[in-house]
Formats: sequence, C-alpha cells, structure tokens
Amino acid sequence: MFSDELLNISWDDTTKAIQSKTANDVLRALNKNGNLTVDDFMALVSPAAAPYLEQMAALSRKYTMERFGKTIQIFIPLYITNSCTNSCVYCGFHISNPMKRTILTESQIVDEYKAIKELGPFENILLVTGENPAKAGVDYIARAIDLAHDYFANIKIEVMPLKMEDYKLLAEEHGMNGVICFQETYHREKYKTYHPAGMKSNFEWRVNGFDRMGQAGIHSIGLGVLCGLEDWRTDMTMMAYHLRYLQRNYWTTKYSVNFPRMRRAENGGFQPNFELSDRELAQLTFAFRIFDHDVDISYSTREPARIRDNMASLGVTTMSAQSSVEPGGYHTYKHQALPQFNVTDDRTVAEVVAGLKRAGREPVFKDWDNAMN
Amino acid sequence: MKKLVIAGKEFESRLFLGTGKFNSNELMSQSIEASATEMVTVAMKRIDLSNKEDDMLRHIVRPNIQLLPNTSGARTAEEAILAAKLSREAFGTNWLKLEVHPDPRYLLPDPIETLKAAEALVKEGFVVLPYCQADPVLCKRLEEAGTATVMPLAAPIGSNKGLRTEDFLRIIIEQSNVPVVVDAGLGAPSHAAAAMEMGADAVLVNTAIAVAGNPVEMAVAFKEAVISGRRAFEAGLGDIVDEAIASSPLTAFLG
Repeated sequence: MFSDELLNISWDDTTKAIQSKTANDVLRALNKNGNLTVDDFMALVSPAAAPYLEQMAALSRKYTMERFGKTIQIFIPLYITNSCTNSCVYCGFHISNPMKRTILTESQIVDEYKAIKELGPFENILLVTGENPAKAGVDYIARAIDLAHDYFANIKIEVMPLKMEDYKLLAEEHGMNGVICFQETYHREKYKTYHPAGMKSNFEWRVNGFDRMGQAGIHSIGLGVLCGLEDWRTDMTMMAYHLRYLQRNYWTTKYSVNFPRMRRAENGGFQPNFELSDRELAQLTFAFRIFDHDVDISYSTREPARIRDNMASLGVTTMSAQSSVEPGGYHTYKHQALPQFNVTDDRTVAEVVAGLKRAGREPVFKDWDNAMN
Repeated sequence: MKKLVIAGKEFESRLFLGTGKFNSNELMSQSIEASATEMVTVAMKRIDLSNKEDDMLRHIVRPNIQLLPNTSGARTAEEAILAAKLSREAFGTNWLKLEVHPDPRYLLPDPIETLKAAEALVKEGFVVLPYCQADPVLCKRLEEAGTATVMPLAAPIGSNKGLRTEDFLRIIIEQSNVPVVVDAGLGAPSHAAAAMEMGADAVLVNTAIAVAGNPVEMAVAFKEAVISGRRAFEAGLGDIVDEAIASSPLTAFLG
C-alpha cells in the first residue's frame, strides 16, 4: 500500500532537496533520453528550472506530439449530488455550509444526460458526488452509471474512496471505465487540518484508495492535488512518487494527473495559502510531461481560456468544456447557483472547440465504444 | 557495486555463464574460474542424471557457484515441467532456467508455453528464471506469475550479434520489478558492457566465450566488461545532447 511507501519519504527533506536543485540538475533531467526519476522531476519543478521554461515547453510539446498527436480529449462533469458528510475547509459543499442539498432522482439524472447531449457531442462523462454513503452510496452511483450507457460511451466517476469490491462491481457489472480521486494534499499532518471530520479525515483510507482501484483492475485512474493548500513543488513530487508506484504495481492501468489551481475568493471563505502563477502552472505541466510521456494531463474549466488554448499544444491532453459544477446544473437547477468552486473558463462547447482548432488541435469527444463493454 | 539479489540470494558477480559448446570440460572449468561467475547454467540433456560423478558436472560444481539447471530441449510446457522435476531430484536445487523452444533452428523461446510452465513451476516451489523474447508485456506476465527474474534475449541465441532488441530491453528494464538478465546473442564484451550500462541486472554469456580463440582470456574480458558497465550505470551516465535550444518562443503567452 502506498501509505507505507510514503512513510519512507520525508516531506521536509523533499522540500529541502527541491530547493537545493541547481541548473546542472535541471540540464541533466532535460537531456535524459527517457527513464526520468522522481529526483529529475524534483529538478524540473524546482526554482532552478524557471529560466529553462522555453526548453521545457519544447520538450513537452515534442513528447506530447509523439504519444498523443494533435488531439485533445473532451469530457464533461455531472454533479449528481452535493450531499456530503465531510467538512473540507476549502470546499463549497462542506457539511456546515447551510446550502440546499440535492440528490438528483433517476429522472432528473436522465434529464441532465439529455441536456448535456444538447450542449455538444459528449461521449466522455464524469459523474461527481460528495460523500454520503447512507443516502448516495454505491447503489446510487451504480444506477447513475447504468442510466448513462444510453447517452455516453465512456463513464468515469469522481466519488468518495470505495472498497476494492465496490470498484470491481462498478467496473465489471456496471461498465464504469475509470475513477478520478483527489488526494488534495500528500502532507499527512496538514491533511487532517483541511479535513478535520467525516470519512475523508482518514488520510490512509483515501491515499490507499488508489491501490484498491488498481487491485480491482480499473483501466483508468486519475490522481489529483489541489494547488493552494501545501507547497506545490513538494506535493507534486509526492504525486510523482505515487504515479511511479502505481505504474510499477498496476501496470495495465492508464493514469492521469490533475492539479487545478484554487483562486482567491472575493466573498471571504477559505483563502488558498498561495496562488500558482501562470508560469509556475506551465512549468509544472511541462515537468509532468517530460517526467512521464504517457500520463494524461487534464485541465478543467478552473483554468482561464487563454491558458487552456495555449497549453493545448504544449502538454495538456484532456479538457472539460462548458462544465457546470453544481448538481443538476445543466437542466434541473440550471439557474440556481450552488457551485463547488468557481469556473474561470465559461465558454460554450462550440467556443472551446473553436479555440482548440485555432491552436491546431482536434477535440475528440469519444474514446471508447459501448460495444466493447 | 551493489550486490545482485535473486530470490533472496546475493551475488557479487553479475555475469552468468553457459556451459555448452566448449571443446573440453577442462577448458570450460578454467573459463568458469577466470570469469569469477557465481551462476552457471547447465543443460540437463548434457548430464547423465543417474551418475553423481558425471564428468561435466564435476567440472562445474564448486562451493561459491549456484547451479542453474536448464530445460533446454523441452518443446512444450509439459516437457519442461517434467524436466524441471527430474532436475530438482538430480541436482538437489529448486533453481531452474526455464527454456522452451519448439523451433530447432533458431531455438527461439515459445512465449505461450514458457508462461504456462512458469505459472505451474512457481506453484511447485521452483525459483524460475525464464528465457524469453524481449517482449515487455510477456516479461510483466512472467513477473506476475512469480518468476525470480526475466531473461530476455538480445539477439538469436549463439548469433553473437549483440543488443539487437535494445529498444525493447530498455522498456523491460524500466518496467521490471524483478532482476533483468540479458540472455543470448551477446557476442563481445562491449555488448555485455552496453547491456549493463543500460541498467540490466546481469548478463548470461556462453557461445562468445566457448568459441573464442582463447576462452579463458575471453572469460576475463567479459568479467571486466560486466563490472565496467555496472559501475558506469551506478555512477550515472551523462546523456547525449542532441537538441539545440528552441528559438521560437512557445511560452511568450505566459508574459
């Protein structure tokens, strides 16, 4: 289990090691022909790599072109419930927020699916929930997946960590194609302060969820760190360790990485501990691509249009479009605002597609066929 | 240099020797000595299993050497499993180099029968070192079956052609959780050194030494090449720089 490996990796020593990287370390990593180690990754995300951004961009573009060509996978998230027993201090859905809670009914879910198909030719859908196993548990998620097959070819979930048997059940019996889960931060002690109560407060259960996905034979696993909690260079290095660990142990799985940036909220509430600059986000994206040529790098609509369009040819391989980040946001509760976070790129699907075309990229809406399930 | 560990057993030497094709058992014995190898493979078909004083075996066995009987000659999983059980009885070791090659001309390993035999033999308690194609997926499947190493080939056996499968060996080395022993086709010490520089955990050499003008000298040359290659790998080779710095700004949009 990865939590055991993580015990051998000191957060503070890793932070110091990243800060002490030199230009030579960066050049060594950039000149390697494959097989980059996590140590090389640390050089690439270190402050010492900042002057090499242009070279990193060129390498990242080259590797992305080799493995992914000129395509960008497009998906859309659907929040089916915001009912949640957790109290993540940075999240709009946390338990003490006196917001209206929704668990979409089956007919509401189908209405959402139909509304999404009106927006664009989406075939990749990501079903998102909070964590409330009693009211919206595995059975509820399974039902939403069953209903989605009439509308979508590829169905992934972003839900609470599940038992191995439940991942297996959803994949084998219900045709679920993949799982995304955000560790949020790999800082074990600080994790507890961001997630003080609820099931999510258990760091080990969450971080070992990825092992359970691997053991269940899930074909596609997405990792995620929220940028704005702990030192991003160290947190991303931990995610790089995690990626290598999973690849070593569950070698038939395809992996993706997600690192959305939190924004300073104007209405008070939780403020991120830092804001990642555009240059830093680009450095991080290039570092992941140079570190791992195959990993899917995903940008959500949290990122502004200008950044998404430009990064589409430099390393990013998956994007969401015209996302609503509230339950029922495409139809049922279309005009009520209960978002989990703020969307920055609020362009329509057609506008996103046009932007990608201008960047010389082909948006691909389909990556799987129901006939193969 | 780091020690090589296979199935919990430590080895100083990363050079494995084969024992076919020598023109005398004496010369074979001297070559083993000169190579400082600690792992020697021997074809069961060459040994008189009922005779504890078999001449060839007598020239191989010594205290610091792990004997690695191989199933060379087996054409199916079934034959290899039978041969393995006979060898465990005869040699008193559960270590086994698994070889299944139905093709008598190039002696290329049969991936399907090899995997089948490996799965069965691991369950029977053998320490299985399978000879296989340089196929990264097959190597992962063998690892999952519980083999102690994988032994992908560099080129057709006996060909002395060197690292013809280099691109695939690199992937295998990158992905493997068990030691990777490059087997077959290494014709010169420089080939062995190159394999070790790539990060192979060990190499197995037979023909190149056995048919050399002076096998004992050649054994020394391979010993030194393997040490050099491993040292270079552990020291961390510099990479070849083949890219000029891009002049068109890709990152101008970042401001």
